[in-house]
Amino acid sequence: MTDKPQTLPIQSATFTQEVNAEIRRAAATGIYDIRGGGAKRKLPHFDDLLFLGASMSRYPLEGYREACGTNVTLGTRFAENPIELKTPITIAGMSFGALSGQAKEALGRGATLAGTSTTTGDGGMTPEERGHSNKLVYQYLPSRYGMNPDDLRRADAVEMVVGQGAKPGGGGMLLGQKISDRVAEMRNLPKGIDQRSACRHPDWTGPDDLEIKILEIREITGWKIPIYVKVGGARPYFDTTLAIKAGADVVVLDGMQGGTAATQDVFIEHVGQPTIACIREAVKALQDLDMHRKVQLIVSGGIRNGADVAKCMALGADAVAIGTAALIALGDNDPKWEAEYNKLGTTAGAYDDWHEGQDPAGITTQDPELAKRLDPIEGGRRLNNYLKVMTLEAQTIARACGKNHLHNLEPEDLCAVTLEAAAMTKIPLAGTDWYPGKPGTDY
Amino acid sequence: MQTYDLEADGLRGLNAALQAQATETNQTVWEVVNPRGSHAIAVGLDAPIEVNVKGSTGYYCGGMNKQATVHVHGSAGPGVAENMMSGTVVIEGDASQYAGATGHGGTLVIKGNASSRCGISMKGIDIIVHGNVGHMSAFMGQSGNLVVCGDAGEALGDSLYEARLFVRGSVKSLGADCVEKEMRPEHLEMLADLLARGKCDAKPEDFKRYGSARKLYNFDIDNAY
Repeated sequence: MTDKPQTLPIQSATFTQEVNAEIRRAAATGIYDIRGGGAKRKLPHFDDLLFLGASMSRYPLEGYREACGTNVTLGTRFAENPIELKTPITIAGMSFGALSGQAKEALGRGATLAGTSTTTGDGGMTPEERGHSNKLVYQYLPSRYGMNPDDLRRADAVEMVVGQGAKPGGGGMLLGQKISDRVAEMRNLPKGIDQRSACRHPDWTGPDDLEIKILEIREITGWKIPIYVKVGGARPYFDTTLAIKAGADVVVLDGMQGGTAATQDVFIEHVGQPTIACIREAVKALQDLDMHRKVQLIVSGGIRNGADVAKCMALGADAVAIGTAALIALGDNDPKWEAEYNKLGTTAGAYDDWHEGQDPAGITTQDPELAKRLDPIEGGRRLNNYLKVMTLEAQTIARACGKNHLHNLEPEDLCAVTLEAAAMTKIPLAGTDWYPGKPGTDY
Repeated sequence: MQTYDLEADGLRGLNAALQAQATETNQTVWEVVNPRGSHAIAVGLDAPIEVNVKGSTGYYCGGMNKQATVHVHGSAGPGVAENMMSGTVVIEGDASQYAGATGHGGTLVIKGNASSRCGISMKGIDIIVHGNVGHMSAFMGQSGNLVVCGDAGEALGDSLYEARLFVRGSVKSLGADCVEKEMRPEHLEMLADLLARGKCDAKPEDFKRYGSARKLYNFDIDNAY
C-alpha cells in the first residue's frame, strides 16, 4: 500500500462485465448464446411518451360514472364472422412446446374470462387450448407443424406469421430438452432433437404469392373467419402496405421488445425496430390506403400496463397483444422461486433460458413435475385480473383525455419526453409543438 | 357425373359444393371444365370423391386435401397438394414449385417433371414423380417418401429429417446432411409399392436411396457453415 493518490478502477462502458462474460462464454463454448424473451437493452419506449390530460380546451369524463368503451371488432374487411372482444388486449401467439400444456390452458382461461382472444403458436392447436379459449387465433407458420384443415376450421381467426419482433427474418427453435413425446408427435419429428422452424414459408414468397395463399385459406375456411398477417418490426410502412394488398383483415405488428421462446441473443438485441418506432409508420400505411379502422392494427412488443395500451391506441392501433407480460402474470420470474433461479445461475427477473425447459415457475417447460407447479385455474384467474387492471388503467387515461372510447384517443393527446421518441412517433416534444422531421421545419 | 364450369360459375361455388360432399355422397365423380390456371381449385376437400380438372391449374390445387382424388388433366402451378392429409392428387403434366409442400399424408403423383422444392418440409406424404425434380427438393423433409424416376437437381434433401428419398437417375448434388444410404430389402419392397401406386414403369433395383445423416439433429459448432 502507498499513500500516493490513486485513480479508482474504472469499468469500461464498452467492455462491461456483461460483455466480457459473454466473450468468455463464447470463447469457452464456440456457440452463440440462445435465450428467450425480447430485447433487454434500453430502447425508446412507451415510457418516453406522456398523456397531456384534459385542460381548458378539453374536458374530462368522470372517472367512475361516464362510460368509456373498450370493445373492439377485428376482421371486418372480408370475414363473415369478425372477432368481437370486450377488451383490446389480446394474448399473443405462444406455442405448446415452448409453454407447458397447463400454461396454455391458463392463457385460454384468463383470456376467456376477460373477453379476449388467445393465439396458438408453432406446433399446432391442442384440444385443451381450443377447449379453454372462447376466441382462439390459429397461427399459420412456416413450419406448418400440426397444420391441418380441421383445426383451421375450428379456429376463430387465422394469423399468417411472416415475422416476429424478436427475430424478423429468423425462424424458431425448440431445443431437444423440450421435445417431449407429445411435442414430437404433434410436430412429426424425432424425440429429443433440436428442432428448427423455417424462417420463411415453404410454398410462397412475397406479397403476390401471399395474396394467393390467403385466397386458398379463405376458400378452405369458407370466407368465414378473419385472416391476420403478422409482421416483425422491420419495415412497418411497406410491410403493412403489402399485407393490406395481400388481403389481410388484420395486421399484427410486433416490435423488437416482443419476446420469443428461443433464438440467438444477437438476433434479439440487434435486429428490428423498437415498437414505438413502428406504429405511426404502420398507421400511415393504413391511412394512405384509406384502410385505417377498416383493416385493424394490433401492436405488440413490450406492452406492460394500461398506459402502454392507451398510448398504442392514441398512436392509431386498434388493439394490442401481450406475451411476456402474460407469462409474468402467470408467475414467470416470480421472486418466490429465487433459490431455484440461483441454482440455475440466474435471478428472478433475469431468467431467460426458457429453451432449456427448467423453468422453476413451470411455464416454459415440458417437464411434468415442473409444469404441475402452475395451476391453470389459478393462472387463468391471475391473467384475468391483470387484463382487467390494464383495461381499467387505459380507461382511466382515456377518460382523463375526455374520450368515451379507447379508440378515440389520438396523437394530439400525447407529448414526448425524449427527442428520440418524438422523432420516432412524430409526437411533439414536451413543451414544444415540434418533433424532428416535422414538415415545414429545417431539422 | 357432376360437371362444373369454373369460368362461368366461379371458384367459391366450386369449393363450397365440393367441400359440402359428405362421406356417403352419391355425387362421387366431378368434372371441372375451363380451369384456365385458376388458383385454389378443389381445396379443403374431405370426402371420397373424384374430381377431374380438365386443364391446367394455378397455385395450390388440391390444397389440404383429405380423402378425395383430384386428377389434373394438364399441368399444375405452385404448391399443388400442399399440406395434403390423405387422398390422392394426380398431375398428368408438369408441376411447378413446392409440389406437395408440408403434406402430412396421401399420395401425389406427377407424371411429368416437378420444379424446385418438390416435397419441401414433407410430413408423411408420398410423392411419386415420373420425370425430374428441381433443386432443393425434400428440403427439411420430415417423413414420407419422395420417388423420382428421372434426375434430381442441386441440394437434394437439404437439412433432411426422416423423409426417404429414392432417385433412379442422377443427383446433381446432395444438400446438407443428406447422404446416400443402403437399399435394403424392406426399402425395395416399399419402393415397389410406391411405384405401383404411381403407375410407374420402373424397377426398384434401379433406384438409389437417400436419407438424413442425422448430424444436424443437435446444435453443434462443427455443423456451422
